[in-house]
Amino acid sequence: MAITIEIPSALRRHSRGQPIVIIDTSNQPCGSVADALGALASQCPGVIDRVMTEQGELRPHVNVFADYENIRYTDGLDTPIGDPATITILAAISGG
Amino acid sequence: MTPAESRSGPDGEVVLLVGTQKGAFLIWSDASRKNWRLDGPHFPGESVYALALDQRGGRQRTLAATRSFHWGSVLHSSDDFGKSWTAPDRHNVKFPSGLDTSLVQIWQIMQGRPSEPDVLYAGVEPAALFESRDAGESWNLVQGLHDTPDRPKWQPGGGGLCLHTIVVDPNNSNRMAIAVSSGGFYRTDDNGKNWRARNVGVRAEFLPDKYPEFGQCVHKVVHHPSRPERLFLQNHWGLYRSDDWGDSWTDIANGVPSDFGFSMQMHPHDPDTVYIVPIESDQFRCVPEAKLRVYRTRNAGASWEPLANGLPQKDAYETILRDALAADSFKSAGIYFGTRSGKLFGSADNGDNWNVIADGLPSIVCVKAAVVNTQAS
Repeated sequence: MAITIEIPSALRRHSRGQPIVIIDTSNQPCGSVADALGALASQCPGVIDRVMTEQGELRPHVNVFADYENIRYTDGLDTPIGDPATITILAAISGG
Repeated sequence: MTPAESRSGPDGEVVLLVGTQKGAFLIWSDASRKNWRLDGPHFPGESVYALALDQRGGRQRTLAATRSFHWGSVLHSSDDFGKSWTAPDRHNVKFPSGLDTSLVQIWQIMQGRPSEPDVLYAGVEPAALFESRDAGESWNLVQGLHDTPDRPKWQPGGGGLCLHTIVVDPNNSNRMAIAVSSGGFYRTDDNGKNWRARNVGVRAEFLPDKYPEFGQCVHKVVHHPSRPERLFLQNHWGLYRSDDWGDSWTDIANGVPSDFGFSMQMHPHDPDTVYIVPIESDQFRCVPEAKLRVYRTRNAGASWEPLANGLPQKDAYETILRDALAADSFKSAGIYFGTRSGKLFGSADNGDNWNVIADGLPSIVCVKAAVVNTQAS
């Protein structure tokens, strides 16, 4: 099985141009959003630098969705995910 | 002239590095400084609060600290004046993991001593100092300042809790100083291991104790390398000079319409000449009387004179931020400043006469000026 992580266009420079990164869970089980993002960090560390702070917190103007639910309104990075699952990373609508 | 030619430029061109809330611009002229050509925006949509041109060690390296509203803050560099920029995959200035602190923004990039051509410093928000010893390839937190017991009591100013000013002693490798809004002025005499507040005589109008040991909202500090022990300080209310590396400060607000302000710039050749742009008050952060005036002292603060020739003197509700005043190094010094409303002004004669260089830029947050020397050693 696999976790599908959708990368926003602004960060694809850091995912070798790929709009989707697949995490193969046969080798790397992912029970939570944090697990999935941790697996993404090993493949695309530059993406994670931009999604999370150096202390492992979600940046305030970045939204992460687990199967289309914003994790800010569930259990945050501890939000459990199934397998398969889709993680979507998007910029919040805020901006200057 | 092609864009590439306009970027490379012959020796003796001046380049203004202009950071705005929506990108950076490189603005060029020859030594006459009459006609300017604009290159940009670089990093469109991202704020650029810190820019520098490092011409040491054979480099011609432009450094730009960008902040994406969404994706964080990164330091980029260019060795061809912005024709191409590095695009770091990893964030290159960041706090060590395990601390309770994450980088918000880089506020200042400062070169080290002439004897240390690969040393750079970065001042950041939340207030901390980073050092690079390999010309910006890698960065480390200056732990001694981070560990100062005063730090948890520093408070953010209107722009955030930022370390915005770095002053290096060119003659003493153990001595440097920084300023924090709001924390005050701090100096180390042991190469960054220990830092001590040096704010005696500096007012903190917004605290019940008006003269605390630390906690002042220092907005900018400058000095001249030929006389490094003498410092000039623009405070959140207050204009000061120190003749002893900050051990004591004396009020020099002699003849200015307001001693509130953000920006301050040293003349490149005269250690007695300093420029400021007074702001009416912290409640109304525009120039006094809606007249845009730079003030200059030529006697180390004994008196100040307004410089207004060519600047709007009516309905000019302008704000000039702490890093938006700069000087080039020509013999007849060019003085430059940018406004929050996106106007860029310049003088080619030490501030006596002014012209508009650009109008309609995004809100300007920093201006740096440099004479480009392609024969840099």
